Amino acid sequence: MSAETTPAAAGTVDAPYGVDNPAPVIEAPRKRTKKTPKSTRTNFELYGWLFMRLSGIVLVVLVLGHLLIQLVLDGGVSKVGFAFVAGRWASPFWQAWDLIMLWLAMLHGANGLRTVINDYAERDTTRFWLKMLLYTATVFTVLLGSLVIFTFDPNIR
Amino acid sequence: MPAGTLYRGREGMWSWVAHRVTGVLIFFFLFVHVLDTALVRVSPEAYDDVVATYKTPVVNVMEYGLVAAILFHALNGLRVIAVDFWSKGPRYQKQMLWTVVGVWVVLMAGAFYPVLQHTLHTLFGS
Repeated sequence: MSAETTPAAAGTVDAPYGVDNPAPVIEAPRKRTKKTPKSTRTNFELYGWLFMRLSGIVLVVLVLGHLLIQLVLDGGVSKVGFAFVAGRWASPFWQAWDLIMLWLAMLHGANGLRTVINDYAERDTTRFWLKMLLYTATVFTVLLGSLVIFTFDPNIR
Repeated sequence: MPAGTLYRGREGMWSWVAHRVTGVLIFFFLFVHVLDTALVRVSPEAYDDVVATYKTPVVNVMEYGLVAAILFHALNGLRVIAVDFWSKGPRYQKQMLWTVVGVWVVLMAGAFYPVLQHTLHTLFGS
């Protein structure tokens, strides 16, 4: 056993490792065993990190444009009302703008809050339930917002 | 969070803290904002009623605060991207933060009248 794994210690100091004198086998630090036959690691956090940056750049344009239209131009918040919304959503361009903004902002915000919860909620059960609440609220908000944009009826009355 | 802990402080840490705080605030507003906009599917009156609260002086000032949070989060987010992807980003992170603060101050000064004009007109007459 010791002669196999440490041939150098057996007195063959000068002999280089080769076919007849194999080097000792070092076990991989995360070698799979019967208990953990498959790697459970994915690149999810990498893609999440990348998504925050890519969606962030798009959101800078979409959200600042939205603020400019709703709160700055043409009298600020004064002109906002049902008629104003109906006028904007008559155009597929603004429907698409708001839909993309809704999805990107909700996913960007949900991933940000997931990070914050992971950082500050120390108990496993607290962390789990806070994230379940977050995911439920996110799915609900994204679906409700999409439904409203797709089914908007200017002649609802 | 363990009490009494402070990481390195200065520009790097405090901009990170401000990014988190503004991000969480914006997310909560977004949740409420989708709910209030959903009232357009109920009736024009229901929507106009809730928008009327957005036109009260107190909420109008909160909108200015929302603009402040979003502008900081947007500008500092671009700085974070520069720190991550620009080879000289980490070296200039402090200068970039003060650039962010400078641009933020200018934009907030410019947004003061347009955003708050509804309140200024209702309180002090047009």
